[in-house]
Amino acid sequence: MSNQIRHATWVVVLCLLVAMALTIWPLPAAVEPFRPEWTLLVLIYWVMALPTRFNVGVAFLAGLLLDVLTGTLLGQHALAFTIIAFLVSMIHLRIRVYPVWQQAIAVCFLLAIHESILILVEGSTGTLEGLGQRWAPIVTGTLFWPWVMLLMRYLRRRFQVT
Amino acid sequence: MATALRDPYNQPLFEHGPPLGIRTLMLVVLAVILIAIDHREGHLDRLRGSLTLVTYPIQLVVDLPASALERAGETMADRDLLLEEIRELREIRLEQSARLQRLESLEAENRRLRDLLDSAERVGERVLAAELLRVDLDPFHHRVLINKGSRDGLFAGQPLLDAEGIMGQVTQVGPFGAEAVLITDPGSATPVELVRSGLRTIALGTGDLTRLELPYLPNTADIEEGDLLVTSGLGMRYPRGYPVGRVTRVERRPGETFAAIEAEPSAALDRSREILLVWREDGRPFDWDPLEEAPAEDVEPLEEVPE
Repeated sequence: MSNQIRHATWVVVLCLLVAMALTIWPLPAAVEPFRPEWTLLVLIYWVMALPTRFNVGVAFLAGLLLDVLTGTLLGQHALAFTIIAFLVSMIHLRIRVYPVWQQAIAVCFLLAIHESILILVEGSTGTLEGLGQRWAPIVTGTLFWPWVMLLMRYLRRRFQVT
Repeated sequence: MATALRDPYNQPLFEHGPPLGIRTLMLVVLAVILIAIDHREGHLDRLRGSLTLVTYPIQLVVDLPASALERAGETMADRDLLLEEIRELREIRLEQSARLQRLESLEAENRRLRDLLDSAERVGERVLAAELLRVDLDPFHHRVLINKGSRDGLFAGQPLLDAEGIMGQVTQVGPFGAEAVLITDPGSATPVELVRSGLRTIALGTGDLTRLELPYLPNTADIEEGDLLVTSGLGMRYPRGYPVGRVTRVERRPGETFAAIEAEPSAALDRSREILLVWREDGRPFDWDPLEEAPAEDVEPLEEVPE
């Protein structure tokens, strides 16, 4: 059992690290505001698929790392990710059986909640910028969800993460 | 399938530990505490520094394609091209060393004049070359990563230059890398001085890499398009006299108290990869306030000061 767990965990960790790398991948300035929140998308999938293994603890750590990685206020992504992971593990049984486009709608709501938490934290600490473009990652994140979902599901089946 | 067996319909969701709601609540409170401490005190530098040990490799990996391409370009460059480049660089060096000779005599003269005036000597500076990592941190803030950290003696608040002028200042220092904020970041303000008229003001970042704003000058201020702005050294962050930018637009608005003035940064903020970090020669940080501390021991005539 423990061997099995160890076998599976590195796949998830690797997915999260790749998502973080994509988060800071250099893009042209015009496209940059549209970058989806990759780490959150990956996290939502794994919490949805295996909520008994990956939930708020993993979300908190991933958020903290993302904060250090992108130099934002320490804890703001950790806060948002923890809340999203909690919501996902509350509704995972329902959204797991949805068709993909319906899942994307649920993910859209989750991304909107995530973005509003970030805006709330940044607004109350006086670091809020570019409010007019904060909707962009929600839209692109929703559009990218089916592909992220299919890729993660393939990886989960390929490496038998349970 | 194994997943179906583990589906938590008729087994408890968690075998051990507190229930999910409690755990979430604890982590949320922890996150809020972290945010509050980081925002108010900034005492979390050590935690941040140790976490960069995990994140810095990710940043290096992301930077890898750009730096590998650069290195490949260097190794595969044509011999003739390299020779020509060497010739050009030699010419530039000759020209600059001629200018430097004059500068040294000027510096000596300046020191003598300052002695005569009994004013404190301007401290020399030493620089270290570093490189920017090609990563995007945040679309709305202008922050960059440097490939040198506290191992090389960097400190928070340290100024950052390129060949053309001031770029910004270091904000976070990890063991191997550091993070800096550019002068065009919306949260950045640079104390500046006009070379032509000596007028002092503050240049604010706009969030646009090619634009600085000077919002605190009255309509009657002596400022023209093309004026060079240099650091005034008043904020005790940047050393004095480095170029910041050139004034590109002066609009005097009769109905308003202040004129609308814009400047373009001298430093190639979006193009520089090689940068310079500056230290004072005596090792003190630039925010050292000479009025707050006792004078250094090399200032001898302490007892002659009338009390």
